[in-house]
Amino acid sequence: MQRSVTLSVNGAERSVRVEPRALLVHVLRDELNLTGTHIGCDTSQCGACTVLIDGRAVKSCTVLAVQAEGSPITTIEGMGRADALHPLQQSFWEKHGLQCGFCTPGMIMTAADLLQRNPDPSDDEIRHALEGNLCRCTGYVNIVAAIKDAAATVRAGRSAGAAA
Amino acid sequence: MIPASFEYARAGSLREVLNALAAKDGTKLVAGGHSLIPMLKFRLAQPARLLDIAHIAELRGVSEYRRGARIGAGTTYRELMESDILRERFPLIGEVCRTIGDLQVRNRGTIGGAVAHADPASDMPAVLIVLDALINVRSKRGKRAIEARDFFQGAFTTALVEDELLTDIILPPSPRGAGSAYVSFAQAASGYAIVAAAAIVARTRKTVSHVEVALTGLGDVAHRVESTRQLVGTKAEPEVLDKVAAEAAAGIEIQGDIHAPAEYRRHLTAVAVRRALDAALARAR
Ligand SMILES: Cc1cc2nc3c(=O)[nH]c(=O)nc-3n(C[C@H](O)[C@H](O)[C@H](O)COP(=O)(O)OP(=O)(O)OC[C@H]3O[C@@H](n4cnc5c(N)ncnc54)[C@H](O)[C@@H]3O)c2cc1C
Ligand code: FES
Ligand code: FES
Repeated sequence: MQRSVTLSVNGAERSVRVEPRALLVHVLRDELNLTGTHIGCDTSQCGACTVLIDGRAVKSCTVLAVQAEGSPITTIEGMGRADALHPLQQSFWEKHGLQCGFCTPGMIMTAADLLQRNPDPSDDEIRHALEGNLCRCTGYVNIVAAIKDAAATVRAGRSAGAAA
Repeated sequence: MIPASFEYARAGSLREVLNALAAKDGTKLVAGGHSLIPMLKFRLAQPARLLDIAHIAELRGVSEYRRGARIGAGTTYRELMESDILRERFPLIGEVCRTIGDLQVRNRGTIGGAVAHADPASDMPAVLIVLDALINVRSKRGKRAIEARDFFQGAFTTALVEDELLTDIILPPSPRGAGSAYVSFAQAASGYAIVAAAAIVARTRKTVSHVEVALTGLGDVAHRVESTRQLVGTKAEPEVLDKVAAEAAAGIEIQGDIHAPAEYRRHLTAVAVRRALDAALARAR
């Protein structure tokens, strides 16, 4: 039976009527029109659907919307705007971290979780963090470079902020 | 990939969970959902109702317990990896967590869910067996504690009965100076173990005084290894290590599947046991 579910997405409260069986990814895409979150598999393996719940990267194809009620959710649409990209978005662009772009939102959300806990990750640490995100185009080299670059930007921004 | 319909409720207290389980009305618990939701999506499970236990504070977190540790069933892999108590006292837990799933899976999956689910290829059971963990369960009828080595009974089959909730896991202190290791040959796409060995070893001067090894992946349940007990009283000479590693799979019914035939798993068992013992011995003080 449908019920009202209120989700806090990218800082706004959004109410939808869905069944408990509705997956978060379907609600984000089909009910809230947030189609930046992608679906790439049926087996919880590709990571294209990654969003942040309570600041932690999770696969939204493996979470029910009802489970996420009451927790802040961030999707790729909440990261930056076209005229003010998030450092990760900027770096993916500049370092050619994407080709077709299908995996990119998931990559960025996972990287955002990584950088929160590890502001200066090594290549190995980045690769380990991306274990649950598959890319069929790039070969990952430029994705790793983009995340390193974004980490440096964030660190520089922080220390500039701290100095100011 | 849409699950069949079910009702959903969020439990606010342990009592509510125990009452719901006592009703035996087809309620299925959901913690992180990272075993259950994939099964719902494939309609391998079609429960009538889900009770979400992820928001019960008493089920979460790691605390000191008699020089060991107490781990709430609802503690996520990520929280296990971030626990100072576990890092200091039970580094094996962090080591195994790093091999489980991926960053996103570790953010959601809980130790209680993994243990209750008892996938034959899952990683945590073998580790809990070598650490001599006690698994605490509770129902309206009362509480009981089950040794990890008795808890896992078969593929997706445990000592838990229908109305019981797994509340927490107790890790008793490891022998002084013990070294531990986890060596997994994982299937590349899923990350699940084809064969994995967990080992803990302690020595007094040079002589081995304590050893436990357990295997996962090769059969339908995690197994405690018998042969390695021959190491106690030896100085863990290479010939002895080779012998116990070669005998490790004795008596275990090894299953082959599309990822690896039984013969290959048998070979990997000896390799994994030897490597886990070598690493654990090198870490023992
Ligand atoms: C992509 C992916 C990769 C994975 N890779 C690995 C891997 O490499 N190694 C590995 O070991 N595992 C792996 N897993 C499985 C994962 O580790 C476990 O499924 C997960 O930790 C289970 O915990 P949960 O909280 O998500 O359980 P849930 O899915 O919520 O529950 C699982 C089962 O346990 C029951 N249950 C949950 N909590 C309790 C409780 N407190 N008391 C009684 N019953 C309870 C539920 O009713 C259900 O039947 C992977 C999973 C995914 C999706
Ligand atoms: S869609 Fe592939 S992991 Fe979620
Ligand atoms: S850029 Fe195409 S899948 Fe990664």
